[in-house]
Amino acid sequence: MIFDLAFIWAGLIAVAILAYVILDGFDLGIGILFPLLKGVRHRDQAMNTVAPVWDGNETWLVLGGGGLFAVFPMAYAIILPALYAPIMAMLIGLIFRGVAFEFRWRTSRWKTAWDLSFFLGSLTAAVSQGIILGALIQGIEVESRAYAGGWWDWLTPFSVMCGVALVAGYALLGATWLIMKTDHALNSRAYYLAWYLMAAMAVVMAVVSIWTPFLDAKFMARWFSSPSVYYVSIVPLITFGLFVGLALSLNAKRDNLPFILTLGLFLASYIGLGISLYPHMIPPSITIWQAAAPDESLRFLLVGTAVLLPIIIAYTTYSYWVFRGKTKSGEGYH
Amino acid sequence: MTDLPLAIDLARIQFAFTVSFHIIFPAFSIGLASYLAVLEALWLKTGRQVYMDLFTYWLKIFALAFGMGVVSGIVMSYQFGTNWSVFSDKTGPVLGPLMGYEVLSAFFLEAGFLGVMLFGMNKVGKGLHFFATLMVAIGTLFSAFWILSVNSWMHTPAGYGFNEVGQFIPLNWWEIIFNPSFPYRLVHMVLAAYLTTAFVVGGVGAYHLLKDRTNKAARVMFSMAMWMAAIVAPLQIIAGDIHGLNTLEHQPAKVAAMEGHFETQKGAPLILFGLPDMVAEETKYAIEIPKLGSMILTHEWDGEVKGLKAWPVEDRPNATIVFWSFRVMVGIGVAMMMLGFWSLWLRLRGKLFDAPVTYMMAMVMGPSGFVAVLAGWITTEVGRQPYTVYGVLKTVDSASPLDAPAVAISLAVFAGVYFIVFGTGVFYILRLMSKKPQNGESGLEKGIPLRAAGGLAAQPDNNQPQTIG
Repeated sequence: MIFDLAFIWAGLIAVAILAYVILDGFDLGIGILFPLLKGVRHRDQAMNTVAPVWDGNETWLVLGGGGLFAVFPMAYAIILPALYAPIMAMLIGLIFRGVAFEFRWRTSRWKTAWDLSFFLGSLTAAVSQGIILGALIQGIEVESRAYAGGWWDWLTPFSVMCGVALVAGYALLGATWLIMKTDHALNSRAYYLAWYLMAAMAVVMAVVSIWTPFLDAKFMARWFSSPSVYYVSIVPLITFGLFVGLALSLNAKRDNLPFILTLGLFLASYIGLGISLYPHMIPPSITIWQAAAPDESLRFLLVGTAVLLPIIIAYTTYSYWVFRGKTKSGEGYH
Repeated sequence: MTDLPLAIDLARIQFAFTVSFHIIFPAFSIGLASYLAVLEALWLKTGRQVYMDLFTYWLKIFALAFGMGVVSGIVMSYQFGTNWSVFSDKTGPVLGPLMGYEVLSAFFLEAGFLGVMLFGMNKVGKGLHFFATLMVAIGTLFSAFWILSVNSWMHTPAGYGFNEVGQFIPLNWWEIIFNPSFPYRLVHMVLAAYLTTAFVVGGVGAYHLLKDRTNKAARVMFSMAMWMAAIVAPLQIIAGDIHGLNTLEHQPAKVAAMEGHFETQKGAPLILFGLPDMVAEETKYAIEIPKLGSMILTHEWDGEVKGLKAWPVEDRPNATIVFWSFRVMVGIGVAMMMLGFWSLWLRLRGKLFDAPVTYMMAMVMGPSGFVAVLAGWITTEVGRQPYTVYGVLKTVDSASPLDAPAVAISLAVFAGVYFIVFGTGVFYILRLMSKKPQNGESGLEKGIPLRAAGGLAAQPDNNQPQTIG
């Protein structure tokens, strides 16, 4: 392990992507759950819980894209053409769900249409992101700094499975977010949904976790050979503990805890993913150091990031603080 | 890969299409964010209700425009990689960090405070709310700063070298960021955004004044917009002229295309109108004023002005497009200035609020800023061809290893989606504008629910009882 600029940046990009996944995850999850919420009141209320923050959440995705362009331009130039179709689908999905936040309040005749747009857009974005992740894990063919595979390489049973898994994960995040942010009937509904989604999450996480090592001998070696097995087996153990905790907290109706434990599940999956992929930026051939921009570029952006990122975290936290607590039915924002 | 040139043309059309749609929203929201900050400051200072009414009225419109700007902008941040991956790989070390700074210093700032600006008035108090509005406005300007630096570097690259794999590498960040055309382009674009917004505000004010000349809020917005037209439009024409001279210095081929000059000549005429023909290498049907072209460009009657024939055929930008887009932009700029000056005359005679013909002119001019912005960008970007990084990296060498069908399908999908989604959004904005500003404009006072994004107590279109609140 070499602790240099490229390594620091790989860490920062990883953090940005994780921040995106969990922050936009719960508001995409609410979109995915939209058809399962009963009636316009619940939908209004559910949307109100994320309306003030969704825009900031999606900015992390721009940071992920922009950051990759800045510090790993070669990876950016390979991954995006390789995953052309799912990325385009994700962008279109994000358009439909993003504008729904505004448009559904501007009309009553077409409100149902924009609800549908919110649901389908969120679902498309989630499936696409899962497929993108799956396609990256299974590897991208590279020749002389460019993508060398075909246009449908991204579409495999594994990548589709990852798409399904992310939908389940986002939906669980959305449901536990609603448990935390709402009360009365919607809160009960979210508890009810969370049980099923937790079960679904457990199944898809197990399938993806077991499937991944079979994709590549290197993954297999890292997870199942001595001595690394003694370290990495902590991850599935923690994951199991988180699921138990989640079930107990749902049973005990602890409103804040299920969301936090679900965040823990995402973090554990993410660490597991990192264990499989490191030190590769694009499996199976491109490492972090091969993909990195010249040190001068990394250094220049790092200086500003060191100053700006804490400020961003401070005012983002402030914004969440302003809108803290339950978003009550029938009140909206006063 | 087969049929590369077709794929590249499609990729160019796709980029032009998505970026043209995108720029409409920031061009409006840069100006509107500053306008909202001014309105809120005036309200805090004077306590006059009319400023709060106007703030609330335009805030609803801002929320819609901003939302569309965000989602169309996310598309842009990925277009570089999907369709222009070679460009991304080569320029990433230089341009990537600048875009990184745009995200970190601008996008987060806007998004972080937008929620408070839209929904937080009764949660955080007046002072903090104004601070949030100010941060959003500053965020839009930071964003303009960085993205125009990136764009300007593509026109006038500076401060760079190459590494062994052919990537541009940074040598001097100061020279990169403040590259030769950047200060001119930044001033020109920010003024354009302010003018665009001023004419939208003026057009909406004029529309309501035509119906009711006593409407206080309509009077205030029309008056403020006409002050902007009278002051900023002439400044913009001066800024544009200086920007043009900078272009002449660094990109003479673009200026030759803008002027429709094919021959290099001393004492070149100013061609007012004509039809540049790239194949015949002449500007047909030209109506021209002798020697004025040289006078404007070189400040000498017999100064030498280069024509397009001074460059090989494959290095010439398309004059047919650039010549006309330039004239559209300049024509609108002059019309804006004339309306501004006319409003000064009306104001002087105390007739500003009794001028129905002027109101109609202002309404017609309402969307003119968008046309001018698009025409200006077409001029500068088409004029940069055949390069992405001027003089160094050609467009044909910048694209991804693309297949035409993949680009064609995604282009068709983008076109369909953009027309439906943003067409609807513009319709909703127009409908908000068609409602007259009320005394005590609904939204931010207590007792009336402030609802989701932009839904500050929005009235559903059939005025049914609200479903919540």
